[in-house]
Amino acid sequence: MQEQLRILAGKMLADGRAARVLGWKRTDFETAPEPSFFTAQDDLSELVYNKYCAANLSGFMIGAGKRDGVTVVFLKPCDTYSFNQLVKEHQIDRAKAYVVGVSCGGNAKVEEMEDVGWLERCLVCTKHDHVVYDELVLDESLSRPEAQDRFGGVTRLEGLQSLERYEFWQGELSTCIRCNACRNVCPACNCKKCVFDSAKYDTAAKANVTTFEEQLFHIIRAYHVAGRCTDCGECARVCPQDIKLQLLNRKIIKDINELYGEFQAGQDTETLGPLTAFNADTDAEPSIVHTRG
Amino acid sequence: MKRVGVFVCHCGTNIAAAVDVGEVVDKARLERGVVFSAEYPYMCSEAGQTMIANAVKEHNLTGVVVSACSPRMHEVTFRKAAAKIGLNPYMLEMANIREQCSWIHKDKDDATKKAVSLTSAAVAKVHLNTPLFAGESPVTKRALVIGGGIAGISVALDVADAGYDVDIVESTPGIGGRMAQLDKTFPTLDCSACILTPKMVDAATHDNITLHTYSEVESVEGFVGDFTVTIRKKARSVDMKKCTGCGACYDKCPAKKAPSEFEEGLSNRKAIYIPFAQAVPNVPVIDREQCIKFKTGKCGLCETVCAPGAIDFEQQDELVTQKYGAVIVATGFRPIELGKFGEYAPESKDVLTSLEFERITNAAGPTKGALVRLSDGRKPKSITFIQCVGSRDTTPRGKAYCSKICCMYTAKHAMLVKDKYPDIDVNVYYIDVRSPGKNFDEFYRRAAEEYGVNYIKGQVGKVVDMGDHLVLQAADMLDNRQITARTDMIVLATAIEPLKSTKPIASMLTASIDTNGFMTEAHPKLKPVESPTAGVFLAGACHGPKDIPETVAQAGAAAAKVLGLLSKSKLTTNPCVAAADELACNGCSACESVCPYGAIGYEDRQINDHGVRGNQRLAAVNTALCQGCGACAVTCPSGAMDLLGFSNRQILAEVDALCR
Repeated sequence: MQEQLRILAGKMLADGRAARVLGWKRTDFETAPEPSFFTAQDDLSELVYNKYCAANLSGFMIGAGKRDGVTVVFLKPCDTYSFNQLVKEHQIDRAKAYVVGVSCGGNAKVEEMEDVGWLERCLVCTKHDHVVYDELVLDESLSRPEAQDRFGGVTRLEGLQSLERYEFWQGELSTCIRCNACRNVCPACNCKKCVFDSAKYDTAAKANVTTFEEQLFHIIRAYHVAGRCTDCGECARVCPQDIKLQLLNRKIIKDINELYGEFQAGQDTETLGPLTAFNADTDAEPSIVHTRG
Repeated sequence: MKRVGVFVCHCGTNIAAAVDVGEVVDKARLERGVVFSAEYPYMCSEAGQTMIANAVKEHNLTGVVVSACSPRMHEVTFRKAAAKIGLNPYMLEMANIREQCSWIHKDKDDATKKAVSLTSAAVAKVHLNTPLFAGESPVTKRALVIGGGIAGISVALDVADAGYDVDIVESTPGIGGRMAQLDKTFPTLDCSACILTPKMVDAATHDNITLHTYSEVESVEGFVGDFTVTIRKKARSVDMKKCTGCGACYDKCPAKKAPSEFEEGLSNRKAIYIPFAQAVPNVPVIDREQCIKFKTGKCGLCETVCAPGAIDFEQQDELVTQKYGAVIVATGFRPIELGKFGEYAPESKDVLTSLEFERITNAAGPTKGALVRLSDGRKPKSITFIQCVGSRDTTPRGKAYCSKICCMYTAKHAMLVKDKYPDIDVNVYYIDVRSPGKNFDEFYRRAAEEYGVNYIKGQVGKVVDMGDHLVLQAADMLDNRQITARTDMIVLATAIEPLKSTKPIASMLTASIDTNGFMTEAHPKLKPVESPTAGVFLAGACHGPKDIPETVAQAGAAAAKVLGLLSKSKLTTNPCVAAADELACNGCSACESVCPYGAIGYEDRQINDHGVRGNQRLAAVNTALCQGCGACAVTCPSGAMDLLGFSNRQILAEVDALCR
C-alpha cells in the first residue's frame, strides 16, 4: 500500500494537479513516523504508511486550505470523520483538498518507542468506512482487532458512587503536566485563540495557582468540543501521562446519544449537531412562567 | 478604576425587614472602587433618585449600583435617572436584594449575607461596564390582531378608528368567535347577537380593517415596531370577489354529514357552508374532507348552481406577507374535553356542556330554541346544572383555576329556563357561587330568590343515564345528607382552557405562557395587557378566563397601548446585543445555527491580526434583528461572541465575586 500511495502522490505532484501531499514521513524511529507535507517528488521515498501512522492528518488541512493549490491528504476511515466535521465548520476548504482514503488495520500503541499492542481507540473502532474521499486506496488483506464496546469504560464509571468517581478522576487528572498535547493535536481544537491562552479571561492566571488541571482544564476542553468530537482518539493517544481522556469525550457522546438520539459528529457535512441545531418548529417552546405558590 | 456608588433601598419593610440594610451599606464601602454608599427607604422615589443624582455629582461617580428590587421592576427607572444627570445609563447596575433575597429568606443574618454578596457581584460587574448607546428602529403603522372574536374585533375597531390600518387573522371561516354562539348575556340578559353582529359588520366594512378569515399565522419575524408576519389564507375553494352570498351552493350541497362546529356538533352542516346565518364575511367555505367532489371527483353541484361562478376547486392556499408595528393576541378559549370526567356521563345525549345548552336555548340553534331532550325530543320536567366541572380541580385531569364565567352563565341559564317554563324544576349544584362583578350578585340572587332556582351546595359524584331519565347522586353539604335524584337533563359548567393554537402562536411571537397554557402578561399589576415581548399585546380569554365586559375592557386597554406604540415615529433599540470579536471568530457557524432570530450572518472580511493580513470568514450580527438572548454567546466555542452589557467577563466577574 505504501508503494501505491507514493506512486499516486508522485503522479499528482508531477502533473500539477496537487501543490503538495500531506502524509506520514519516516523518522529515525520506525515506530514514530510524523505528519509532513511533501512538495517534491524526490522526497516521496520518505513517505511511509504502516500501523504506526496513527496521526490524524485532518487538522493540518485547516492551514493547507489557506495556501494556494490543492493538497492531497491521506485519511484513514476514522480520520475522514474529523475531516467532514471541519468542512461542516467551514475550517477546511473542501475544493482545495484531494482526499485519498486509505485502509486501516488498526494502529499500534507505542510506549518508549516500543510497540506494545493496539491503541485503545482501535480496540473499540466501528468506523470502518471512509465517509469522504476523492479516491480510495484499499488493502482488503488488512484485518482489524475485534471491536469491543466503545462505551464500556463510561458505563463502568457511571456505575461508581460519586466519591469513587471523583477519586478516579483525581487520580487520572492529577498526573496531567499541562503539556497541552491533547489540545494541540485535537482537530476540533481549532480556535484562533484558545481560551486557556487568552488574556481576555482570567483562566490562564488561575491555572498557575490552583488545582486547575485536575479539576477543570480537561472538563472545560471536553465541553468545548462537545457535539463536535468525532472520538478520533488523538488526545488519548498523544497524552504522555496516559490519561484516559477518551472517557470524558465518550461520556458526553453517550449522553448526547441518549438525550437526543444517535449522533456521530463528522458523519456528513450538513447535519447540525444536536447541541447547535435550532429549529423554530420543534425546539421553540414559549417560556413557561411558573406562578408563585 | 471606576468610582462606584452603591445605593441600598429599604423598599419600606420589603427589604429592611429581612436584610440589615446598614450592614449592606457598610460592607459595600469595602468593595473595590466604591467611594460612596448610602441607604434610603424608597430609592425609586423622587427623593431617592435625587440622592443618587447628588452623589454622582459630588463624588464624581462613574458607576452606580442600586441594591433594590428586580431589574424588571425598576432598572428602567434608575437608568433614566442616571441618563438625566449625564451618566451613560448602562453604567448603572441593579442588585436584586428583594425578589431574590428578602422575600424568600426568613433568617436575617443569612439574608443580609446574601444581600452583601449580591451587591458585591453587581459592583464587580459595573467595573467592567462600558457605555452603550441605543439605536433607533422604525415603526410600521399597522397592527395585526390574531383572533376575530369579540376581543379581536374590539381592539381592531379601536385601533382602526384612531386612523391606523389593522388586519384581523381568524382561523375559522368567519369572525364573531364564542360570543356569536351565545344566546343571552349576563347580567343584563340582552341578546348576544344583537350587540355583536353590528360590531362584526363595523369591522368588516371599516376602511382601515382587513379581514383574513379562514387564515392562520404562518410565521413571525422581527421585533417591536417592525414585525414581518406571513399569513396563510387557507383555500376556501370559493372566490371571495365573485361570491354574492346567495347561498344556492349550500342549499344544494348533498354532503350533509359534517358536525357543525358552530353548533358544537349538535347538528350537521353541509360540506360547503357558512358557520351561521349572520356570518361575516358571508362567503362559504368548502370543507375538502367532506366534499364529494374532492373525495370522489364526482358531484360539483355547487359549481353548477353558482350563478357568478365563484366556486373554484383548484384554489390553493395563499401566503400573504405583511409588516406590522404591533401584534395583539386574542385567540380566546374553548371548553375542556370531558373524556376523563366519566362520572358525569358526558357521552349521554341529555348531558350537555354549557356551550351546547347555549345553542339549545338559542332560537337559531339546532332545536330552533325548543327546550327538549336530545335523546327523545321530550320537554324536560327537571334540569340540573353542575358547576365547577374541571374547574378548581387540583387533580391532573382538571384545572386548578376558577373558570370565572360559569357561576354567572349558570344563573343566566337557570333564569332563562324558569322564565320560559316556570313548571320545570331547576337545581344547581355548586361549590361556591362567585359573583363579584358589577350587578353580578344581584343577578344570582334574582335567580335563587325570585325565580325559585334551587341552589344546592355540594358536588355531584355520579350520573347514570337510565334511558328516559337520568339519575344523579350528590352530597348536600349544608344539610349534610346524601341525595339521589331523578332529572331529565344535566348541564355541565365545563372548565375553559386556552385554544391549542395559543402555544405555537406564543412560540412564534417569543411570548410566554403560564403553566395552564394562558398567555402571560408582562406584569400582573402594572402591565396587564402587555406580553413580556415588546410589541405583543393581549386581549380576552387567551390571557385567562374572562367574561365579555372584562374582555372588551382589556381589548380597549390593549388598543390604547397599541396606539401609544404606533403613534411614535421611531423606537429606541436595546443596545444589549451580540457582537463578534473578529480576532477570535473562526467562522465555524455554530452561532448562526442556534440563533432563533436569524440575526447572524457570515461574511469574508480582510482582517489585520497583529500585522498579519488575511481573509477570514467572520460572524456578523444584524443588530436590528438581535434580541440579546445570548444563545450565540454560550454556543461559541472560541468565546468570540459576547453580549454587550452581559459579556462573559462581566458574568464571570459576578460569579467570582459571589464565590469569594
